[in-house]
Amino acid sequence: MICVSIMSVPKAPRIWQLAERRYRLIGTQCLKCGRVFISPRKICPQCGSRELKDIELPKRGKIYSYTVVRNPPIEREKYGPYIIAIIELENGCKLTAEIVDCSLEEIDIGTEVEAVFRRIGEEDKSGVIYYGCKFRPVN
Amino acid sequence: MRGEVAVIGVGMTKFGEHWDKQLRDLFVEAALEAIEDAQIDLKDIKAMFIGNMGSGLWIEQEHLGPLLADYLGIPGIPSLKIESACASSGMAFRLGVISVAAGLYDIVLVGGVEKTSDVTIGESTHHLASVADREWEALYGSTLPALFALIAKRHMKQYGTTREQLAKVAVKNHKHGYYNPKAQFQKPISIEEVLNSPLVADPLRLLDCSPISDGAAVVIIARSDIAKKFTDTPIYVLGSGVATDTIALHDRDDITTLKSVVLAAREAYKMAKIEPKDINVAEVHDCFTIAEILAYEDLGFAKKGEGGKLIDEGITELGGKIPVNTSGGLKARGHPVGATGIAQIVEIVLQLRNEAGKRQVSNAEIGLTQNMGGSGASCTVHVFGRKR
Amino acid sequence: MNFGERTPAIYGWGSYIPIYRIKLDDIAKAWGEDPVVVKRGLEVEEISVKGPDEDQVTIAVNAAWNALKRAPEVSPKDIGAIYVGSESKPYAVKPTATIVAAAIGVLITIRAADYEFACKAGTEALISVMAQVASGMIKYGLAIGADTSQSWPGDVLEYTASAGGSAFIIGPKSSDSVAYFEAQYSVATDTPDFWRRDEIKYPRHMGRFTGEPAYFKHIISAAKELMEREGLKPSDFDYFIPHQPNGTFPVRVALRLGFKIEQVKPGLLSPLVGNFYSGSSLTGLSRVLDIAKPSQRILLVSYGSGAGADAFSIVTQEAIERKKGLAPTVDYYISRKKYVDYATYLRFWNKIYGM
Repeated sequence: MICVSIMSVPKAPRIWQLAERRYRLIGTQCLKCGRVFISPRKICPQCGSRELKDIELPKRGKIYSYTVVRNPPIEREKYGPYIIAIIELENGCKLTAEIVDCSLEEIDIGTEVEAVFRRIGEEDKSGVIYYGCKFRPVN
Repeated sequence: MRGEVAVIGVGMTKFGEHWDKQLRDLFVEAALEAIEDAQIDLKDIKAMFIGNMGSGLWIEQEHLGPLLADYLGIPGIPSLKIESACASSGMAFRLGVISVAAGLYDIVLVGGVEKTSDVTIGESTHHLASVADREWEALYGSTLPALFALIAKRHMKQYGTTREQLAKVAVKNHKHGYYNPKAQFQKPISIEEVLNSPLVADPLRLLDCSPISDGAAVVIIARSDIAKKFTDTPIYVLGSGVATDTIALHDRDDITTLKSVVLAAREAYKMAKIEPKDINVAEVHDCFTIAEILAYEDLGFAKKGEGGKLIDEGITELGGKIPVNTSGGLKARGHPVGATGIAQIVEIVLQLRNEAGKRQVSNAEIGLTQNMGGSGASCTVHVFGRKR
Repeated sequence: MNFGERTPAIYGWGSYIPIYRIKLDDIAKAWGEDPVVVKRGLEVEEISVKGPDEDQVTIAVNAAWNALKRAPEVSPKDIGAIYVGSESKPYAVKPTATIVAAAIGVLITIRAADYEFACKAGTEALISVMAQVASGMIKYGLAIGADTSQSWPGDVLEYTASAGGSAFIIGPKSSDSVAYFEAQYSVATDTPDFWRRDEIKYPRHMGRFTGEPAYFKHIISAAKELMEREGLKPSDFDYFIPHQPNGTFPVRVALRLGFKIEQVKPGLLSPLVGNFYSGSSLTGLSRVLDIAKPSQRILLVSYGSGAGADAFSIVTQEAIERKKGLAPTVDYYISRKKYVDYATYLRFWNKIYGM
């Protein structure tokens, strides 16, 4: 996007704070109840424990639910309609991500998917690019 | 707190695209109507609680508390902006009620206002996504309609809810909105029109989605023991409940149940000493048609998974056993995000006062409002009654 | 070549090619050219197209992940250097190598940089890693060649410039390595056959001048240098993998050097996926490793405009059999495809912008 309003997208420090976690799918696991989260947490929302550790998440999972976004936010206009899904990874952790490299007919709730490294967005044509994982059907 | 606070005045602007008005203008217009309805003077207002979601995002203005007190002509009084996404003004109402019940103030103004039409649709979509988890949902391209589409897909798979049932919600609300002069859309629509409208986030189509608009709604509340000084028909706040849930949809155990609604309703029913079957009329948060189906279930009007049956059987239509969204709901009345919570209360108050004109529910004694934020990350439920 | 005790060898190899394709027919139609004539001259049928959310960095990372899958005994924490060769980095200044580093989970104590030498930047990256392994400076290193090759709209280069890349994990020869390097020789001269100026989006080239004085001269001299110095002849090799700007040059240079068609065909991908610039010959190597048997000899000669060539003599080992199946093969990526038309191709490749 060339003309995105300056308020619209994250700037370099915010991108950098979570970049490595997004690239490698690093989540957090509660040492007490075992629940796994996609985002870094200091306190477990399930059991309240303060003991959580980073965990490298499996790159495979299943589609839990999905939809096609046809009215995108301004930073994704001109990207074309895209599939957004909640994916349940092999260890039970759920996350939100785009599904790529397939047509709508090729997926449904339950389809097995695996992570691929993709561009998530950019500040603008002269700004920082942010990367992360999207998922594609496994065949 | 049951029955200690009453609504003595209501007012709202028409909801829609107000190109020529600014946020502060909309607020003052609604506030003056409510003040007139309550038959109070400006100087009687002891505090203001204003619900608004995104003034900083849409018009780069924060600090609405003092701004709106100033422009209402009463700078100096306590005045605060409350934000809880689409539940902002429902939350503001709760805080206003608590402040009166606690004995801090005897007369309080609670309002909600939003101005979203000054930016492009793409920018609005971007700002709306801040009700989700920006870092872990919105950044990856999820939008507010997408979140409800994810819920709808799951609900349809788990319980067999159909596309037609969702469409019927929109049709019903437009039918009701036809009779509401303040509604953004006062035009009936058909199931075919819903099913043929453009897809927004599969399976949700344009006519499954409430419009984003501009508007303001205001109520004046007072301690119940002085309410009758101002009106013959004070409407009493019998119950109030609030709850939150995880911000991200993917961190919930089952996305087809909105726990925040269940918990908020439970607290409100307990305080009001009622059960769901005692409700005669309700305003629920139909930001998307699926949200109304979920509301039927999570408020206890239907069993989990059977919300679709209610709309099929006409139970929630005017004339049915428990009319829902006689104002037209968010769908037809419009959804200036932060103003919706109070607009819902305005409708229930009018219903319980018998002032709802052609959309009046006969013998309405107990009414309910349910105001929800984001994908159900926050929710507030209030129960109102004609008698204390 | 005497590498001492630490002969550099390949532990893992991996490639990535985007799913989208465009037929040369559709490009020709857009410019009013005769597809039959075009395809006959280039011997390319269709080329890979990068998706709208892909770039040289994402290709490099996906290839690196695949290489790591084939080297389960190598921990990213033992990788001491990452070099990436490309001429289509999304940042002119900010190395792709460090993004790859973050995406595979290395320690902060690594050497990292990006290389540029037109289409031989990838093999330059490989040479650096080989040298650091051989000298004992690092335990393992990662070398990548990847590009979303640029071409001026309407230029003949549009018919072949495509997207893809490959990654190689290099370490000291052992029973876990799949192939070791026997020798490496390079040539370089100041030859203006193909270049891209600093503020210009697309490269320019001198047409027929890119043939004899450029591609052929350098590949032939590098290959001859290696074979003479090592006492090898074409018949000593099982595979010959030159840089693949189209479907004709690789075959011509192979025959001129005395190789047979059967030696060059296995590594020849451009007819089906086009020219990945820095990823081109390296992906040819990746495909050969996908199908090679142990104890086979490979001659890899990349070519970079500007100009130069890097020649490698590689000998496969036993471990190659057990590692092939650990990651998707090049043939897998070639076979999975979705066609796009020219307008979509322009949008995906950022050749036209929306607002």
